[in-house]
Amino acid sequence: MDLILDIGTWISLLIGSFFLLVTGFGLLRFPDLYTRIHAGGMADTLATAIICFGLALQSGFTLISVKLLFVVIFVFLTSPTATYALAQAAFVAGLKPKLDGFEGSSIKPATKNDDD
Amino acid sequence: MFFDHFNYWIVVILMMIGLYTVMSRSNLVKKMIGLSLFQISVFLLYISMGKIEGGTAPIVSNAPDAVYSNPLPHVLILTAIVVGVATTALGLALIVRIKEAFGSVDEEEILSNEDNL
Amino acid sequence: MEEFTDIFLMLLLVAGSLAVLYVRNLFVATMLLSAVSFLMALLFVTLDAVDVAFTEAAVGAGISTVLYLGTLALVGSTERPRAKLSVIPLLLALSIGGSLVYATFEIPAIGAPDTPVQLSNLTQRFVEVSPVEIGIPNMVTSVLASYRGFDTFGETTVVFTAAIGVLLILSQKHVRRREEDEEEQNGLKPATQSHGQVGSPHDLIPHVVSKVLIPFIFLFAFYVQFHGDFGPGGGFQAGVIMAAGFILYSLIFGLHITKKILPLKVVELFLAFGVLLYGGVGVVSMIKGGNFLDYNVLSADPVAGQHLGILLVELGVGITVTAAMLAIFYGFAGRAQGRGKDVN
Repeated sequence: MDLILDIGTWISLLIGSFFLLVTGFGLLRFPDLYTRIHAGGMADTLATAIICFGLALQSGFTLISVKLLFVVIFVFLTSPTATYALAQAAFVAGLKPKLDGFEGSSIKPATKNDDD
Repeated sequence: MFFDHFNYWIVVILMMIGLYTVMSRSNLVKKMIGLSLFQISVFLLYISMGKIEGGTAPIVSNAPDAVYSNPLPHVLILTAIVVGVATTALGLALIVRIKEAFGSVDEEEILSNEDNL
Repeated sequence: MEEFTDIFLMLLLVAGSLAVLYVRNLFVATMLLSAVSFLMALLFVTLDAVDVAFTEAAVGAGISTVLYLGTLALVGSTERPRAKLSVIPLLLALSIGGSLVYATFEIPAIGAPDTPVQLSNLTQRFVEVSPVEIGIPNMVTSVLASYRGFDTFGETTVVFTAAIGVLLILSQKHVRRREEDEEEQNGLKPATQSHGQVGSPHDLIPHVVSKVLIPFIFLFAFYVQFHGDFGPGGGFQAGVIMAAGFILYSLIFGLHITKKILPLKVVELFLAFGVLLYGGVGVVSMIKGGNFLDYNVLSADPVAGQHLGILLVELGVGITVTAAMLAIFYGFAGRAQGRGKDVN
């Protein structure tokens, strides 16, 4: 039983670390602020959830697992909100997304165009 | 043997980076950031001194023969962190007023403006 | 094998500090300083200092970053380019660093159980006698609030003085209007009119998520305050977390609404009340026949007296730290508002 839990924790930690590594590559290689925020926000939250699940496997049905579950819930609530707030602040400040093939497009901030 | 003093060498490196930032950069906010780096390195020095090999955090647990790390450096550094943020807040408030009074937070600009007056 | 984690974290620290030194945009330098503080908190956890890690994460990476960002919003965030490498500071830093490294060879090895720090009488007293004499599991809290209670009183007074100083320096008297050309240098105009208005449709997501989360922030602050006897925690961390909840509310919903909920006069009242509570416990113990801040005489049983004394004293510290951080934030944010910019 312990061996199965250990293997489960190892797999979760490795998968979570892989997602974090992918996030790091994305932050370095993406061309624009908005794409970087996208990379950073999504895979980061998923990796946190997987790693915390792996840690919860190690501590069984104790209070520690409940606390880890709360940490995952709060990260799920706050990390996408922070990503949204960052992207919206950049857009309102005037940073336009880098759109290939749309040179000279007439997208201006504070209008009702949607930008994704 | 190599790992015996590694923490202290990192402390010295961080301390010198902070000191160099304070001495060589002329922007006042950058100097405050260098001072914060210096303080952080001193915290690492004290906490490294309190560590025992194989010890745990200094919270009494039910294990009969647990070895606890020394709580006294932890108390000193707790105080030092809070006092550090208090002095940082005061320094940053002074920087805001300096900007309003002299028009710049760059030390060389302020001195050259004063010479030109 | 565990040393490799420490070594990796410490090398990351050095890399982060070098980046802080060389970066010219001060916003980036502030964020890197916050990352260095988080790495330091992780390093403290591996060195078994959980209370210190908690405080460093809350204070160094939380409040300190907010203060730096508030200052940068007021003074401009680009550093002037440096023409050359400065030789004298470099030589000075290298020579001092060299002599310090030479001195570290005399320090005993890290983790050895027979260093003068570990063998002193204070350590033996704190580790062996304090669970019996004071009776709370967290030795750091018992040393902080009871054995070295006078030092903590001085620290609370330092926080109080810093808040009073910031309020004096930054209170909203005659703010002269200065040109905002520092921000125009970056090519981005500051986010002023449309963002930050209460009721703008763009702010719906942060509004809703904050309304869900802010009660839990306050609940966590109370938990950390009163659970500081049994786990990592205590007055300072709880005060900073509570202040962070109020600062989050102010950033999302506007400073004027926060000042209606918690006006500056009430904050100043709480600021003084915390220090008075701490001093009051000391005076009451003198009245009851003991020394200043001697908790043994506060109740019939000395251990119960210690518990009561530590509870009241940590409460005083928590109240003062909350009010001090809020007062400092009001000072910076009020200054930015007086110039016609919203602090966001």
